Amino acid sequence: MLDDFLVRAALAGVGTALAAGLLGCFVVWRRMAYFGDATAHAAVLGVALALLFGSSITLGVAVVAFAMGILIHGLSGQGAAVDTMLGVLSHGALALGLVAVTLIPGQRVDLDAYLFGDVLAVNRMDLAVIWGGGAIVIATLWWHWSALLTATLSPDLAHAAGINPRREQLVLTLLLAAVVAVAIKVVGALLITALLIIPAASARNFASTPERMAFLSMAIGALSAVAGLRLAVILDVAVGPAIICVAAGIFAFSLIGKNLRRLSS
Amino acid sequence: MSLIDARNITFGHGAAPVLQNVSLSLEQGEIVTIVGPNGSGKSTLLRVLIGALKAQKGTVRQKAGLKIGYVPQRLHIDPTLPITVRRFLNLPLAVSKTDADQALITAGVAGVAERQMSALSGGQFQRVLLARAILSRPDILMLDEATQGLDQPGSASFYRQIDAVRRDLGCAVLMVSHELHVVMSASDRVICLNGHICCEGTPEVVSAAPAYRELFGTGTGGALALYRHDHDHGHDHDHDHHHHEAAE
Repeated sequence: MLDDFLVRAALAGVGTALAAGLLGCFVVWRRMAYFGDATAHAAVLGVALALLFGSSITLGVAVVAFAMGILIHGLSGQGAAVDTMLGVLSHGALALGLVAVTLIPGQRVDLDAYLFGDVLAVNRMDLAVIWGGGAIVIATLWWHWSALLTATLSPDLAHAAGINPRREQLVLTLLLAAVVAVAIKVVGALLITALLIIPAASARNFASTPERMAFLSMAIGALSAVAGLRLAVILDVAVGPAIICVAAGIFAFSLIGKNLRRLSS
Repeated sequence: MSLIDARNITFGHGAAPVLQNVSLSLEQGEIVTIVGPNGSGKSTLLRVLIGALKAQKGTVRQKAGLKIGYVPQRLHIDPTLPITVRRFLNLPLAVSKTDADQALITAGVAGVAERQMSALSGGQFQRVLLARAILSRPDILMLDEATQGLDQPGSASFYRQIDAVRRDLGCAVLMVSHELHVVMSASDRVICLNGHICCEGTPEVVSAAPAYRELFGTGTGGALALYRHDHDHGHDHDHDHHHHEAAE
């Protein structure tokens, strides 16, 4: 079954979408979209470094994405103008990565694969990394769920309950780096944030509790992955952008659905 | 030992720190109110006590295993986060349905459990925060201007609820307020804060203290007396009114 590249692509897409769908809820609740962008853009620099040192792409991406996360985490604790700073870091990292990739001697790198993903090329090893990484992300979120949710609602309430909100934020930073490393092959550095945000934002329109929103977000992500792959095959277009197009379409329907429900009630 | 013991807390940098050399300890079951003008460091002090802020100088000791029920001044829930009252009450620790419903009754908001937090009125929201705080059976209930945004009857009934909660749980209460007339009458001890502790003691002692009168005027002493129905003072009414406003 895994011999079929379409099956591998579907499994890779679904595995990534499940992890991103769950983590994406926190990205939305905590307004970390820009944070996600910066981390994802840093991935291109990670690709360049991995090629330079001949290490695995996933490892390079994870390390650089995590370093970027830690940097932002540290700076955000000091009350700097976060929005501007994230803009500088995000685009600075992307530009530096693009320059670095082209400077690597003796390599002609297919940049598109890292910017927009190349899910049709995933092999069994990639699948193992995606599902292994995804499982770690989901398990960690499950384990920290209550503390993370409390810290998200209010850092002060968390403190009073003996939870350290900075530590919980660090957990999210780590997980974000893991998702970026997992997702770069599937949707590419430029569209990772979309995979985090759009399913969660769609789920919001139908959910009454954080948990229902999380499950729905994972389901919508998985559906987008499978339908996006199908769409890409039919139209002969890139898979990553097709997945995001389907997700955005579901979001539009969720908005319409919500407004119809409001009108009828 | 005391439930919580803060010694010589200094918070903030430069020539005018937010808190300077503030010491405070809280005993089992007592009601202590912190009063002070805007910007006097009341909320900062509470946040230092719960550990949300780290003081530059001084120490905060909590009794081992101390449980704090904290009711913040306000809580903004991001509109992207759907959450029912019942789910909110189960954070961070799961509680039984019976306990949750009982806490809502105690806090005076029975029957809102299945509503969205975002659909509550200001008063209901504060009461749900109170219900959540008492669910952990805290040793200390800390309230940071918890009646902000409530009208006068609303805040009066809120304080009656707190009194009932304290009798029920036997917990200490530490609250910050600017509603001097209501709060002081219910307190065992009042701390008048303005960056440093200006004066402290029983409500009678504090309301008579020169440092307190300098901050709030004499009118609030009248309001306290009015509330307690012991008319052992005499101020003209214009004066009273003027200073009362100044204190709000």
